[in-house]
Amino acid sequence: MATFNFELGELPPEAEKVRGEIREFLDRTLGGQSATKRALSWGGFDRDFSRKLGEAGFIGMTWPKKYGGHERSALERYVVLEETLAAGAPTSAHWVADRQSGPLLLRFGTEEQRQRFLPRITKGELAFAIGMSEPDSGSDLASIRTRAERVEGGYRVNGTKIWTSNAHISDYAIALFRTKVVPDKKHEGLSQFLVDLKSEGIGIRPIIDLAGGRHFNEVHFQNVFVPDDMLVGKDGDGWKQVTTELALERSGPERYLSSVRLIIELIREVGTEPGERAAVVIGRLAAHMATLRQMSLSVAGMLQAGQNPNLEAAVVKDVGTSFEQEIPEVVHALLGIEPRLASGSEFERVFGYLVEHAPSFSLRGGTREVLRGIIARGLGLR
Amino acid sequence: MSDTRTLLADTCARLFTDQVTPALIESAEKGAWPGALWQMLEENGLTLPQIPESHGGAGGAWGDAHVVLAACGRFAVPLPVAETMIGAWLLSESGLDVPLGPLTVAPVRPADRLSLTKAGAGWVLDGVAGRVPWGAAAGHVVVAADSDDGPMIALVARGSAKVEPDVNLALEPRDTLGWSDARVLTAALVGSGLPAHALSSAGALARSAQMAGGLEFLLSQSVKYVTERVQFGRPLASFQAIQHQLALLAGHTAAAGIAAQKGFAAMDAGDAGFEIACAKIRTGEAAGLGAGIAHQCHGAIGFTYEHSLHFVTRRLWSWRAEFGAEAHWAAALGREVTARGADALWPYLTSR
Repeated sequence: MATFNFELGELPPEAEKVRGEIREFLDRTLGGQSATKRALSWGGFDRDFSRKLGEAGFIGMTWPKKYGGHERSALERYVVLEETLAAGAPTSAHWVADRQSGPLLLRFGTEEQRQRFLPRITKGELAFAIGMSEPDSGSDLASIRTRAERVEGGYRVNGTKIWTSNAHISDYAIALFRTKVVPDKKHEGLSQFLVDLKSEGIGIRPIIDLAGGRHFNEVHFQNVFVPDDMLVGKDGDGWKQVTTELALERSGPERYLSSVRLIIELIREVGTEPGERAAVVIGRLAAHMATLRQMSLSVAGMLQAGQNPNLEAAVVKDVGTSFEQEIPEVVHALLGIEPRLASGSEFERVFGYLVEHAPSFSLRGGTREVLRGIIARGLGLR
Repeated sequence: MSDTRTLLADTCARLFTDQVTPALIESAEKGAWPGALWQMLEENGLTLPQIPESHGGAGGAWGDAHVVLAACGRFAVPLPVAETMIGAWLLSESGLDVPLGPLTVAPVRPADRLSLTKAGAGWVLDGVAGRVPWGAAAGHVVVAADSDDGPMIALVARGSAKVEPDVNLALEPRDTLGWSDARVLTAALVGSGLPAHALSSAGALARSAQMAGGLEFLLSQSVKYVTERVQFGRPLASFQAIQHQLALLAGHTAAAGIAAQKGFAAMDAGDAGFEIACAKIRTGEAAGLGAGIAHQCHGAIGFTYEHSLHFVTRRLWSWRAEFGAEAHWAAALGREVTARGADALWPYLTSR
């Protein structure tokens, strides 16, 4: 049996120094922000905030200076991530680019692509969307059908992407297309592209979520021309590259902190001298949260050490999303209050928001079932 | 893990694989004292890993104790290893000599109180302590007791108490010891280096490591079983329903493992109140869920006495309740967290 390796990760002094800096920045920038706004967590999209964060040097922190980065350690970046999440900062306008699109370009992109995109990402000026899922390809990502056919000077793209968060307000997407159909080998013939979302032939249709929110889209490609210099990495290497990207998408602290605002507001609600039952509930949540933080830090330590903690990241995401998903249920069981949308107290609205959004936590970035399949493979069961 | 701890883990695994057989555990369940195994543990320096050499220990840290205790949990070692480590720690930190041989500690239940009274040049002990692990079998009992001078640590010899034998679910001895005017061997005020509630905190920490180790056993044993067992013409491991259950068990095992590890690291850093509470809460919850999954994956054979799965699951069901169950620690932690206030939660968590 392959074993999971969770060693305690320790944050070096420079990372704790960054904690002071980012806290000061967040206090200054978000002071007075309501709990309901903070509850949006990394779902909040605010270009102005992202630009300020970029100006302060908190985007692209680990990237080389020549691309606008700051050559800080992965652990310093980790502290910034967990602090922005804990504060409920609206990070969505730079989150994807900072977490996966930028690192993907650093790893597989051309020098020209790096110089063109990375500095603007670090300034918080470029928002990226992720073009992976399709109407018939969700968890079974390798079955995608959107075609990118070779034409003079580039590719012509036809097909549809779906669940493309923020495509309507982003600048670019990194999308996975099929450049070659290899019979019976669905993992072959896939390639990744940088797509300018303003390109001719792209139609973006909103998909309203169950809470009435608009972040999802269906993105149609009709004879969209993508020039050669927008191919990322090698033609045909898309699957290998995308799994690297997914590992980045799954390994961060956002996979256990999505409901942190509800825990904080629950503590405010029960007061400083709660009854026995509330104390037990809150103590248990604190223990789970502290433990998940240690697991998440452990993965961050492995990333910093240049290891490839794909399995451990899948474990943290599975345990973490179950935890963040459970919190509204725990609050319901403890207090039995009604979740509210617009009326009601700030606490009731934070509760309402998380009740409605919790189902997405174990869907986005790889479903619970996909992750458990990855873990089972790690255990040698498949 | 450091090289010396890897070596320590290897030593434990080798020794326990050879010695802690189902036959040995079964005979311990019938009341036999596995003296030869104890001897080997002592000879290998596994009983006092974190005690200074000046007090007869191996001179290591709580991180070393963690390695040994996790292995004890994984192999269901039927000996008071945790209790000996804790008893020796209470003694040495209070400036008292550590006797040779197995120790136990009392009281282990929050409601039980013992008292020491000055009698001539020494002290006498009174009171009743229930559920004392190996209360009758251990050579000495290290007690935490109140006195007119303040809280004290004292050492009493086997035979000083009236014993009512009992056992836990795993048939490990959990005896009631009653002392009446019993002369103690040595006594001292609780050492200033000891944290508040040192005995129960260290007990909870030790059980956390044992449970985390037990969960590791459940995971590897379950993976092994479903890989070998064939039904409907294919190994159980090929069924997605089984795969996902074991993935869930892996998650609980990993969480329990790091929660316990963090508790021991904090103990070595000198302030572990928060981390011990987290460890006991998280490992205790994982123990119940993990035992359920392991049994489900093993089917009927795992429910038999002949199969050895229960040596660990019965321990997990008892250990999670010992030295304070999850609810006990969660109430204390919840009161602490709420007293600090909502906006202090995150800063507090990140300061630990």
